[in-house]
Amino acid sequence: MPANPILRLKSVQKVFGRFTALHDIDLDIEEGEFFTIVGPSGSGKSTIIRLLVGMDELTSGEIWLRDKRIDQIPANLRPTCMVFQSLALFPHMSVGQNIEFPLKLRKIDPAKRKARAIELLELLHLPESYYDKRVTECSGGERQRIALARALAFDPEILFFDEPLSALDYRLRKSLEKELKDLHARTGKTFVYITHSLEEAMVMSDRIAIMKSGRFEQISDADEIYSRPVSRFVAEFMGEVNLFDVTAVDGQIKGTGLIALPSNATRTIADQITAARGATLMIRPEYVQFLDEGQAADFEISGRLNGIYALGSRIHYEIKTEGGQILTVEKLREDRHDGSEGDTVRLGWNADCAHVIEEAPFEGRIA
Amino acid sequence: MKRLDRKLGALASLPILFVLTLSFIAPLVLVAIFSIMPEKVFSIFNMPNFAAFKTMAEQGYYKSLLWSLFMAFVATTILFAICWPLAYGMAKVFKRFSIIITIAVVMSLFVSENIRLFGWVLTLMKGGLIEGYVRHWTGVGFESPLYNVGIIIFGIVYVYLPFMLFPLAQGISMVPEDARQAARDLGATRWQVLTQIDLPLAAPGIMVGYLLTFVLAAGAMAEAKILGGRAVIAIADDIQTAFTYGQNWSLGAALSMILIALIGTLAIVGIAKIDLDKIMGRD
Repeated sequence: MPANPILRLKSVQKVFGRFTALHDIDLDIEEGEFFTIVGPSGSGKSTIIRLLVGMDELTSGEIWLRDKRIDQIPANLRPTCMVFQSLALFPHMSVGQNIEFPLKLRKIDPAKRKARAIELLELLHLPESYYDKRVTECSGGERQRIALARALAFDPEILFFDEPLSALDYRLRKSLEKELKDLHARTGKTFVYITHSLEEAMVMSDRIAIMKSGRFEQISDADEIYSRPVSRFVAEFMGEVNLFDVTAVDGQIKGTGLIALPSNATRTIADQITAARGATLMIRPEYVQFLDEGQAADFEISGRLNGIYALGSRIHYEIKTEGGQILTVEKLREDRHDGSEGDTVRLGWNADCAHVIEEAPFEGRIA
Repeated sequence: MKRLDRKLGALASLPILFVLTLSFIAPLVLVAIFSIMPEKVFSIFNMPNFAAFKTMAEQGYYKSLLWSLFMAFVATTILFAICWPLAYGMAKVFKRFSIIITIAVVMSLFVSENIRLFGWVLTLMKGGLIEGYVRHWTGVGFESPLYNVGIIIFGIVYVYLPFMLFPLAQGISMVPEDARQAARDLGATRWQVLTQIDLPLAAPGIMVGYLLTFVLAAGAMAEAKILGGRAVIAIADDIQTAFTYGQNWSLGAALSMILIALIGTLAIVGIAKIDLDKIMGRD
């Protein structure tokens, strides 16, 4: 937890009728951070951002911006600003007028306004000639930049983003993600971003918060979330993952079809599993090896090669274990496994690649 | 193929062109010709002159014209002020309840304007519904508010409310909600959102509402006759009198031409500024 957060949420709760959208949220966001809130639709991430910018009132709790409580302040008086999912550009104004809108409200004189608008156009790699262009004539990517320029013209303490890239095509989205990260570095502002795509979050963010049904599931950096998720939900949120329901008795790890060679490394894992009531063993597809005859690994499991899919630079294998579980393995094209569908294969991985999620898979059903 | 389409299109438009020419253009042309006929003739085959326009200027008909335009202007402005909040509610706040307002307002159109105005007379006159009961219960009577300019404007506002309300509601529904929220987020007060976002983006609807009500109100006469008791004469009343009692068709035609020219100019200037496609939702 940062010592002097720029934004602090204290047990923030939001209730719509009988539905609780946010349960007692606590959150600190650090000065200058790129913080992303990720969650599926209905997880409450949009509700949070609407509370933060002042478009909705919270049911209980407090929001502090540095040493000022802001949750009772109306949206137009908060020193924060948001880039909308729809961008919400003003269709009756030119690009320049859009960018200058917040400056005009502050009665800054026209010459200074224009100078700032041109500066921002340049910062966002838009030609100066766009100043007089109608926003309705601009492309999706250009509109994105205009919305950003308008928000930056406001000079907010914190810049909020409500899934602004979700409507764009894949390539444009990828390049804007990098640009946004770059912009964050250049402006030094605090960015708070919400998205449903963990991949997008990982590209840009310093820290990521994963949300599920109105609560934070995990708040951490991208590495931690990818390799050490706290729950199955977080583990499964970021793409393909292999999860095993496991128990451990006397240092022996038990899971359907899973063989753990006795060693110090597996013993440590067994102790972790014993400590939890029931646990899940996680292994990411790229850490799983195809074992040759006589080759050994800390963990092993056999199965039948069910499918091979080429994903450009990587090859994706699907293996059905004897227990009926479907496992995925991913290899770079250069490390491809020479085998064909229907082959019986032996898979293995080392203990340091495995991660124990201390959460029972389902209540009452422990393998 | 293209040429055939165009030919068929032209052919298909013939019937409506015929009807339009006969029912709209022809009477207008006739009125235009009559306006430059000598007074008190009933044929268009006379030596044209501007006697009717001269009479119009000399006999003070401009007064009724000015009264009509003035009352129409005041009424449309009042209508805008009344209808904006209601239309806003219908477009953004009331949701399903707005259908009830729509039905209520449209229902009033089912009853003839004259009957509704006579209803107001019975309600407001001395010894009528309001004053009669008040005097009965309290013993104190008061003068009826009928027969002056104020009540005529009230009548116009009452009768033409739907023609302002629905275009405004349509116009307001064209204002994207997130543009309003974004403006607010960028520091705009409620008043600034109204003046810089709502009004400009709802402008097409506002323009249609203003034009419709102004044109209708400028040509209205029932309100002045029934509620106003001819406290002032509306221009349309003058035109009717000239054509009927006055038996002076060219005077009536000349008055009509002036009214048409004024309102026509206004309408063209207004319509040139709005995007009808946008109102119809064809963006």
